Order: sequence, then C-alpha cells, then structure tokens
Amino acid sequence: MVIKQLSVFLENKPGYLLCAADSLAKNGVNIRALSLADTAEFGILRLIADRPEEGRRVLSDLGLVVRLTDVLAVSMDDTPGGMLTVLSCLGEAGINVEYMYASSGSGRRAVMSLQTSDTARADAILREHGMAEPSPEDLA
Amino acid sequence: MPYFDEKNETLSEEQLRKLQSERLRETVRRSYENVECFRRRMDEAGIRPEDVRGVEDLGKLPFSYKSDLRDYYPYGLFAVPMEQVVRLHASSGTTGRRIVVGYTENDLSMWEECIARMLTAIGVGKADVVQISFGYGLFTGGFGVHGGAQRVGATVIPISSGNTQNQIRTMIDFGATVLCCTPSYAMYLAEEIEKLGVRDRLKLRVGVFGAEPWSEKMRAEIEAKLGIKAYDIYGLSEVMGPGVACECPEQSGMHVWEDHFLVEIIDPDTGRQLPPGESGELVFTSLTKEAFPVIRYRTRDVCRLIPERCRCGRTHIRMAKPAGRTDDMLIIRGVNVFPSQIEEVLLAVSGGEITPNYRIVVDRVNNTDTFEVEVEMSESFFSDNVRMIETFERRITEQLRSTLGIGAKVRLVNPNSLERSEGKAKRVLDLRAGKI
Repeated sequence: MVIKQLSVFLENKPGYLLCAADSLAKNGVNIRALSLADTAEFGILRLIADRPEEGRRVLSDLGLVVRLTDVLAVSMDDTPGGMLTVLSCLGEAGINVEYMYASSGSGRRAVMSLQTSDTARADAILREHGMAEPSPEDLA
Repeated sequence: MPYFDEKNETLSEEQLRKLQSERLRETVRRSYENVECFRRRMDEAGIRPEDVRGVEDLGKLPFSYKSDLRDYYPYGLFAVPMEQVVRLHASSGTTGRRIVVGYTENDLSMWEECIARMLTAIGVGKADVVQISFGYGLFTGGFGVHGGAQRVGATVIPISSGNTQNQIRTMIDFGATVLCCTPSYAMYLAEEIEKLGVRDRLKLRVGVFGAEPWSEKMRAEIEAKLGIKAYDIYGLSEVMGPGVACECPEQSGMHVWEDHFLVEIIDPDTGRQLPPGESGELVFTSLTKEAFPVIRYRTRDVCRLIPERCRCGRTHIRMAKPAGRTDDMLIIRGVNVFPSQIEEVLLAVSGGEITPNYRIVVDRVNNTDTFEVEVEMSESFFSDNVRMIETFERRITEQLRSTLGIGAKVRLVNPNSLERSEGKAKRVLDLRAGKI
C-alpha cells in the first residue's frame, strides 16, 4: 500500500536531529520507522509516523523544510528470507529500488518502506503477488 | 507626464551647465571661506577659488573622503554657524567612529524637493498613503523620504523599521498604497505576506526601495510577489540622504538631480575623470547645500552614468544601479567578486522565482583563500531525492565558476539559519582580517 513518508532536510550540524525528534515527541507523534540519508554536507531524514500530517506541521513550525512523499509499505514475515519475495517481484518487473528501510510490525511481522522508480506500478505488482498490506497496528 | 518642478527637471543642457557653474563657484567660495579642511587642500594644491570658473574646472578641485568626516568629527566640515543647523543625521563609519552630517532649513527643503520630484514622477500624490518602513532616527532613510512624501501631500505612516507583523497589519488597516524600505526588507515582508495569505487585503501599488544594492531580478520578484511597481532610490548621508538620484516611470536608471548635485565618474586608482558611459567610482559635488557642502566626494560606489536622454522627458543625467562598492568588493584569490554577482547566479539557478537567502564566507586557510557560499534550503528546492539536491548544488557551483572565474564551495543550510536582519541583509562574512 502507498503511505505518506515525511522527508526532512537537515543540515549536517549537531542538534538538528535531536530538535526534530524532541518536537515530534512533545506533540505525541510516534515514529514507526526512520532512516537518515547523508551526504558530506546535508542529510535527508525520512520517517514513517503514525500521524504524518501532524508530523509535517510540527516540523515546519520548527522552521525545517519538510515534504510528504509517497512510499510503499509492505508487511512481511519477520523470518529469514521474508524480504526476498518482495525484491524478486520488483526485480522481475524491472522496477528499481531507490531506497528502503524496515521496522518491526506487530507479532512476528516486519514492515518494509520502499521508494521505487515507479510507485504506482510497484504497488500493483505487489498486490498481484498477494503481498500483505501492513495492518493499522503495524503502523500505529 | 507629471512633474513636481517641470522647469528645473527639464532644463536644457545649456541652461543646466550655466546654473551648475554659478552654483559651483558659490559652493567653492563658501567652502573655502568656512571649511578648514577644504581650504587647506586647495592651498596645498595651489588652487584659488577664482580658478574655478565653471563645471569645466571641476577636475582641478581636490577630492574629499569618508575619512574626512571622521577626522573632523563632529562639526568640523560644516560651512555655517551651528545656529543655522536645524537637523543632524549620523551613520556608521567604515571603521570605528560614526559620522555626522547637518542640514539648514533650506537644505531640508531641497531634500524634500528631490524626493517629491521622484514621488510625483511615479504617480504618488495626495491620494496616497505612504508607509515609511525605513528606519527613523539618525539614519537618513526614514526622515528623508518622510519630508518628500509630506511635500507631495500624501498621507504618511511613519512606522519606521522592524516588527514585521505590525508592519503588515498597519499596511492592511491603514490602506497603505506606497511602501518605502530597503529591498531586502521588502522581500522579507513579501514572504511574510505570502505566508499569511493576506496579499488580497493590501492596497499597495508602488514601492520605493533603496539604501542597499539589489538586482533587476530581485525587483521583478518583489513586483510579482507584492503586485506593485518597485522603484529604486539612491543616496548617501554624506551627500544628503536618499533622493540624490531617483528612478522615473521608465525604471531604467536613476536621475541625478543635476541642479543640486554634480556627478562624475572617475578611475578610482588614478582619480582621472572617465568619459560618459564608462564604469568607475561615483563622485558627487553638492551645488546648493549650505550646512554640509561636499566637493568631489568619493562615494566608493562603482557605477556608470547613462548619457542618453531619458524617454520620460527629464533632462537630468541617469546613473545605473551601483554595481558594487570599491570597498566591499571582495578580492578572493586575486579575483574581484561582488556579492551582487552571486545573487544574480542564485536567482538564475533557482528559476528566478524566489531569492534564496545566502551568505558569502571568505576565510584564509594555509595561505589560501577559501570561498564558501551558504544557501538556505527552501520548500521549492527540496526534494526527497538526494541526487536532485546534489544537482542543484552543483549547478550553483558551476554557474558561480563561470560568472566569477573562481571556484566557490556551495553549502546548503537549514532555512532561517542565516542572519536575516530587518534592515540591511548581511551577505558577507570575511574572516581573513589579520590572516593575509
């Protein structure tokens, strides 16, 4: 399924990440998963939150540059090889994975958040192959 | 085409030179009699006041400098007794001590007239409500424009600078039609107005912006964001204040009011006068000022005069926007760099839609100059894609290199992390002092 991810520009300086995390916590926004892409000069913080719109507001109010982006979320067995089916479906369809990061879901499930070269098609293919959608509990 | 003073604004070349020559002789005579600094320089150069017969002899006269104002602080350069001085203004010197200038009743009236000519030319009059967001106080901006706006019969809001929320509320509530401030503050106000989504509630139609350099692109941007026509005004306290030169509806250069000010362009190294149209240092001589006459004052502004006649009908010569200052010009690894060049590049790269806030940081490490341009990230350049941001960064770097002929390191920084004052934008951080 397609879900909203928060993408945040962060200058590489101590304190910015803390400041963002602190503000989300104070406003009761829960972070389900996150990754930090970094270059020499700046980073992009990507995170899945239980309330993305609220998260965006909170971070914008801090004066940060924030964007809501579409990513795919897939629920998988949290066992060895759980991720392979997802990757092989996409690989066969010629869809490139730009970045991905995982978090644990409820029970023995894991949630993978993915950015691909074609979000709509990737979503359709994963549905065709019966890949499970994350439950509300997985993302809460 | 409306004029405030049609006769004087449209004098023929011949009439203007005759008037200037008379007034120059008088200014030289009065300064020689009353200002010790000038008298000494004339004596040292072996020139008598009567050697100056007209404008053709201007080149014989000695220059004056900003440092003179420091050396003769506070009143040493005044040409009238203090009883006749009715106003003082002051500004920061390039180093240390501030500088002071004085005005007689007539000086203030002449100043008002200069501004009134501009306002009338751009269609500002009795029906207008003029919000003056230049600083009031010792700075000449606020009071200078104030007098002129009153002179044309407009309703003046002397709000001064700062407190942006109050500025916007006042603009809406009082129905301001004209805004006067620095161009960087106009940009800042435009951004805030956009954020609040209140542009529809503004009645603004004209802006008068000056006191710092700005580019044509910035003008276009301010005009689009605020839905106004933006005009440039030039001046400096040492010569008078804002209004020494003003734009007309043509928006192509600022008319120097030549019946009050003689303008020259000189080679800043040799001091020689340059032919019309060439770029060099701007030099002014006041022709009617009483309290604080200036003779061949070196502005340090690098500028070009536009000798062609203006389509607006005014005969007074125009000056282009100053391209920089001889003293804030940066020399980085032996290359001359003007902050305005960097601004042009940033506007071009960002599609000319918004001005990224930026700062130039120059330092010296291992005997080599470092040159960094910090650019604030904003919604419109940000993407979730690292490569796109890096491409944006690289385009700035490449454009800077081709424009300046020197490599700069571009660093994207968080929004609002660079100092953005409500007055003049601080664009340069030069850390090399004592390291060269």
